[in-house]
Amino acid sequence: MKFGIVTFPGSNCDYDAYQGVVETLGEEATYLWHKDHDLQGSDVIILPGGFSYGDYLRAGAIARFSPIMQDVAAHAKRGGPVLGICNGFQIACEAGLLPGALLRNESLKYIAEFVKLRVENTETLFTNRYEQGETLLIPIAHGDGRYTADETTLDRLEGEGRVVFRYVGGRRDAEEFWSPNGSMRAIAGIINDAGNVLGMMPHPERAMDDLLGSDDGLGVFESVLARVGV
Amino acid sequence: MNRYRIAVHITPRRGILDPQGRTVADALHTLGFSAVHDVHVGRHVVVELDAGDEKAAAESTRAMCEKLLANPVTEDFEIASVDAS
Repeated sequence: MKFGIVTFPGSNCDYDAYQGVVETLGEEATYLWHKDHDLQGSDVIILPGGFSYGDYLRAGAIARFSPIMQDVAAHAKRGGPVLGICNGFQIACEAGLLPGALLRNESLKYIAEFVKLRVENTETLFTNRYEQGETLLIPIAHGDGRYTADETTLDRLEGEGRVVFRYVGGRRDAEEFWSPNGSMRAIAGIINDAGNVLGMMPHPERAMDDLLGSDDGLGVFESVLARVGV
Repeated sequence: MNRYRIAVHITPRRGILDPQGRTVADALHTLGFSAVHDVHVGRHVVVELDAGDEKAAAESTRAMCEKLLANPVTEDFEIASVDAS
């Protein structure tokens, strides 16, 4: 299976994603340049973390208009898997591939630390290798991660099982919801209604090996592999 | 065609948590401005463009706000001024 990793000016987790896919998973990966119109036959598209276009105006607002994003949107519309991580999640929201928006962290501080996530739905393309309610240790590294949407959208996301990851525990109780960034309803990751576009603020590609402190992120990639195959 | 200079105010939508505004409000209270009960911190964007008249200039800027300058999910915008330049 081939992963296409988009490099925008200011992306900085594209290499991590590439390493994770190629070295850890042993799958094929290629970089996709933001000015191109060619997905190079990729089966899965990764919108990586970073600060595309310097986060000018709003995080993800400018990247959304990159030439390659037209092709990514078409791929998503065809049902092709798209994984938006961190800045990729922000871009996916700005592009309308996912509902809601990611605003400045409530603390107004950039947060880089390991957090606990609970897998809320194990039926998705990206989470089928996890156990229901499993708690994962995956790092976050962002200044704008406060997931925000209107109540109707939030209720709909929850009702349809589209809240895929939630922050839990913090440093206290692993069962309790806790938003490190002020996210509404402690949302860390959501999926679109067709089930092929996942956006998440935590970085699974930075948790692919025990050497990095956790390999809990592997499941996201293994789940896509299990479902898409090839 | 005339050249216009249009100012747009973009602010966090009311009801959405605005930690920056809250922090500034707290600081103002500390300075003794106790009458302040709310502050919202947004963006001020100035667009210079060519248009047939003021109305067309404002309309075009409104479209820019809807498409790019403001996020329709979390922000409100208003055209603060349209000046011939």
